[in-house]
Amino acid sequence: MSRPTPLRDVHESLGATLTDFAGWLMPLRYGSEAAEHRAVREAAGLFDLSHMGEIFLTGPQAGEALDFALVGHLSALTVGRARYTMIVNERGGVLDDLIVYRLGDEEFMVVANASNYEKVGNELKNRAKAYDVVVEDRSDQYALIAVQGPRSQEILATLTDADLDGLKYYAGLPGLVDGRRALIARTGYTGEDGFELFVANQDAVPLWHAITAAGEPYGLKPAGLSSRDTLRLEAGMPLYGNELSAELTPFDAGLGRVVKFDKPGDFVGRSALEAVKDDQPKRRLVGLVARGRRVPRHGYPVTKDGAVVGEVTSGAPSQTLGKPIAMAYVDTGADSGLAVDIRGSHEPVDLIELPFYRRNK
Amino acid sequence: MSNIPDDLSYTKEHEWVSGLDDGLTVTVGVTAFAADALGDVVYVQLPEVGANVEQGDSIGEVESTKSVNEIYTPVGGEVVEVNQAVVDDPSLVNSDPYGEGWMFRVRMEGEPEDLLSPEEYTALTSGES
Repeated sequence: MSRPTPLRDVHESLGATLTDFAGWLMPLRYGSEAAEHRAVREAAGLFDLSHMGEIFLTGPQAGEALDFALVGHLSALTVGRARYTMIVNERGGVLDDLIVYRLGDEEFMVVANASNYEKVGNELKNRAKAYDVVVEDRSDQYALIAVQGPRSQEILATLTDADLDGLKYYAGLPGLVDGRRALIARTGYTGEDGFELFVANQDAVPLWHAITAAGEPYGLKPAGLSSRDTLRLEAGMPLYGNELSAELTPFDAGLGRVVKFDKPGDFVGRSALEAVKDDQPKRRLVGLVARGRRVPRHGYPVTKDGAVVGEVTSGAPSQTLGKPIAMAYVDTGADSGLAVDIRGSHEPVDLIELPFYRRNK
Repeated sequence: MSNIPDDLSYTKEHEWVSGLDDGLTVTVGVTAFAADALGDVVYVQLPEVGANVEQGDSIGEVESTKSVNEIYTPVGGEVVEVNQAVVDDPSLVNSDPYGEGWMFRVRMEGEPEDLLSPEEYTALTSGES
């Protein structure tokens, strides 16, 4: 039985189609997912992301523990800022991609994917044993509500006195939103400007209603996981389980920049990653744009002259491009004459460098 | 609760069939229940006009943002017409599944089996929703 989020009754009253996702009962869409996607690109969308995991590290050596446990240099992070990073195994394989927020000199919050956070929490506890730090999985105490889209700041500004102008991309600050304590973070997974609000479970429903009311004049819509997936795909953002897995290193995924070899001390996966960092990966992560209307999907082979040269990791019809798009791992050098084997039919696709969509800043 | 017109027949695969009464040519589409379950339909593939099909054959596809589903013909016979409008604008499946979103017409050969009445289809979908 899937676990409900604190917002489950709200989703049901909005007529959402609910789906199981990583053991959680989540809204897939409320109405048309295409309309939800467009709302986020053109106005704003409201997402329930309470399935994400929040793991706190508190103590004088919290930064050092994260430097050892993760591939990033988190002890160097300024209080109030956030980093995209990864946790890998000894072989350098990606266990999850993460956002780490530094909340104080001795306090960090690690946000992990719903499918992985128990594993991440356990790994962090093991890896932090030698350090003076307490690792605590508080996922059950927090709801996460995201407001994403170009009108997000205007909407949120009606509900908070926090300095949103001063809040940079990948930064987070504590504040009151509609009178409720929240960590207000300028992060997201849509390719748009936007905010993620970490709040106590009991504040989720009233906050959702307050944002809905405040966003109404701006065209804000509730948006489900289906549009979240097409938005992140257009923005070229990886999804764990699709573009990222324990079989791939950050370098395989084209994300070697998150690995900070120049930080002090050892870290889990360092020697394995140093051995491969200058290798040319056999395959690289690219974008594919279909010429036809059939959609390349996860797991479909990419072919060239009939031979398999890659595999689709994610695919969907793109609202913004008006064509089906996909991310795929494709053999290095196979850049043209590509097709995707869509249930036996080889449909031509054009390779492009990611992302498909970049917002105007 | 999805709209289930009481003058149509249905299949377990969530298709509707009209025109059975005159016993000649029937029209086939997917139900509102199926359209709602699919979400925004982005691609429809239909059989060739002139194709001879048997009841239960997979003869096309309906593709939405999240999934692909096969279309099974609920009757056997010859495909005499396909709806090019729904190929050109697959969103008709969502906006008007029993009208402009129709899919194909078949000149029947023999009696189709195992079709559901509106009451039976209502019972089926209330079990699934």
